[in-house]
Amino acid sequence: MHEKTKDHAALADQFNKDEPRVDWHDETLWWVRQKRDKAAHQVPDWEVLRNTASGIKDNVLSNLGAYLEKFEEQARNNGVTVHWAADATEHNQIIHSLLQRHGVDKMVKSKSMLTEECHLNEYLKEQGIEVIDTDLGERVVQLAGEPPSHIVLPCIHKKKEEIGEIFHEHLGTPAGNADPQFLTHAARLHLREKFLTRRVALTGVNFAIAQTGEFVVCTNEGNADMGAHLADVHIACMGIEKIIPERKHLGVFLRLLTRSATGQPITTYSSHFRKPRAGQEMHIVIVDNGRSIQLGRKDFRNSLKCIRCAACMNTCPVYRRSGGHSYHTAVAGPIGSILAPNLDMKKYADLPFASTLCGSCSNVCPVKIDIHEQLYKWRQVIVQEGNAPVAKTAAMQAMDFVLSHPSVYRTAGKTGRWFLHNAPFTVNNGLNAWYKQRDMPAAPQKSFGEWYKKNRKG
Amino acid sequence: MSSREKILSAIRSSQPAFRELPALPTGQPAAPQELAERFSKVLEAIGGAVYFVPGFDAVAKILKELHPGAKRIVSDCPELAALAERPSGEEDPHSFEDIDVTVLRAQFGVAENGACWITEERMIERAVPFICQHLALVIDKKDIVPSMHEAYDRIAGEVYGFGTFIAGPSKTADIEQSLVLGAHGPRSMVAFVLDMDAQDAGFY
Repeated sequence: MHEKTKDHAALADQFNKDEPRVDWHDETLWWVRQKRDKAAHQVPDWEVLRNTASGIKDNVLSNLGAYLEKFEEQARNNGVTVHWAADATEHNQIIHSLLQRHGVDKMVKSKSMLTEECHLNEYLKEQGIEVIDTDLGERVVQLAGEPPSHIVLPCIHKKKEEIGEIFHEHLGTPAGNADPQFLTHAARLHLREKFLTRRVALTGVNFAIAQTGEFVVCTNEGNADMGAHLADVHIACMGIEKIIPERKHLGVFLRLLTRSATGQPITTYSSHFRKPRAGQEMHIVIVDNGRSIQLGRKDFRNSLKCIRCAACMNTCPVYRRSGGHSYHTAVAGPIGSILAPNLDMKKYADLPFASTLCGSCSNVCPVKIDIHEQLYKWRQVIVQEGNAPVAKTAAMQAMDFVLSHPSVYRTAGKTGRWFLHNAPFTVNNGLNAWYKQRDMPAAPQKSFGEWYKKNRKG
Repeated sequence: MSSREKILSAIRSSQPAFRELPALPTGQPAAPQELAERFSKVLEAIGGAVYFVPGFDAVAKILKELHPGAKRIVSDCPELAALAERPSGEEDPHSFEDIDVTVLRAQFGVAENGACWITEERMIERAVPFICQHLALVIDKKDIVPSMHEAYDRIAGEVYGFGTFIAGPSKTADIEQSLVLGAHGPRSMVAFVLDMDAQDAGFY
């Protein structure tokens, strides 16, 4: 099951080779972060909203079993079929069996990070089923043969010229045309044909309401609605943590979600699906896939409060400069780095270290997840369980030895300063990770200890 | 044990001690004129357009000016019978693919985000507000609430099969964060706010 642990640092290195692109990526996401600030500051009771949202989620996590049962009962009363999937494999099999039952080998899908997490597209492809992602950004990365690099802005790492080339190759747009307006229109025509001809549509779920059995899907493009309302079968996939108790709680979450995500006051469409339309079949697949384990981890259960706004990614100095693909998991960035180790601690052992622990993520999180604290706690768990990278473990052991032996510490300091002064090439080289994208600082003549001895003694 | 039982039992053994639900914040009440202005300002900022009109004659007049080449206009508003066809809603949703303009009566608007709430019995058929090239929603000026809290107070007990908040035209910024209106749904969206004083106020 365990693959070789891919390393965030190594993948970030690839991204960092093209410095102007890193700057562009960094600035684009920071601009989104600034839009978030502007929107948040226009809501006078913003902090009250964040506290309330966090409090509602506390209640949800403490009563999740009962809420899920209530949701299931209500959804069934509404004429919706409810399925339960313990893991990704079962989730994928349920979807496949529904498609098989309807004799369908093509479907449209709107954004769902859960299906990314479960690798549904790859699974269905192996079964001979074609999945068309209908969110524009997701369609772009799908045509490029890549996973999304951001949960809200899936192709944020791509330049418009690259998208123009992808569309030229796959949709037949004129070579060299990279105008966003033109390319979006080309995608509109291409995807409209898919909406009109596909009989099954899969959507994600932003919120599921225990009280009424309805679920809410938020999009700007209208692709979830176009897919669902034109299909004979609507399948909606949700993690167990998407539950909220009552409809009125949506008021809190919908006020926070897009302001935190992109700085918009609300998405263009916030669609509440309660019953299938006449003649339509509606299915909900409720997925655990490790979430109940995370719920049992006292230090990490708050990560299940996440509403997938991506504010933590947009603000993260590491994410902005390393790109979403360096996280090698469906949900990148700080939140992804505390969710992924729960799924596979060995495979994702590097992710909690892909952070400066600056805390900016926790400060913008609309549901007040203590993200940076959880990153720090995961580091401890990962090291204790022996999953830390060998180099890091060795470095830490060396550090431990040096710091617990004062004479060694003094000698080491002296030696370091001597090398920086007399042989800087021994540290200013590619073997020293600290030297990448940075210069080593100038070394002082003596240590603080030596200075103190000279100036304060006697 | 079925997956359902397995998941629920794992959740029950993992979930923390019960925590009470917090009280919900409320919006700030404001006069209808102020709310209408706020609604209009926000909706225009997110790519929509707003017209304050005294009645449906003005709605029809403005729509003709906005969409002179429209071939298929549909509406569930009896007042627009001369302008628009009124489908029964029993049709195959795919048959609405060639709609140029849809005019629907939404239930209410929300000042803080420019959204209009509309349920399926007012949208002819679920696909109609999404599949058309241009969308117009009509609301009463008195039906604009300050925030989403009041919005949900209003629909807390409502029974519907499908309902949606619509705020502006379909849009995307997926290509280099450049905003493009008209992703998959309507390329434009206007809200007509019915206001008896509209003409006197000189809004158009």
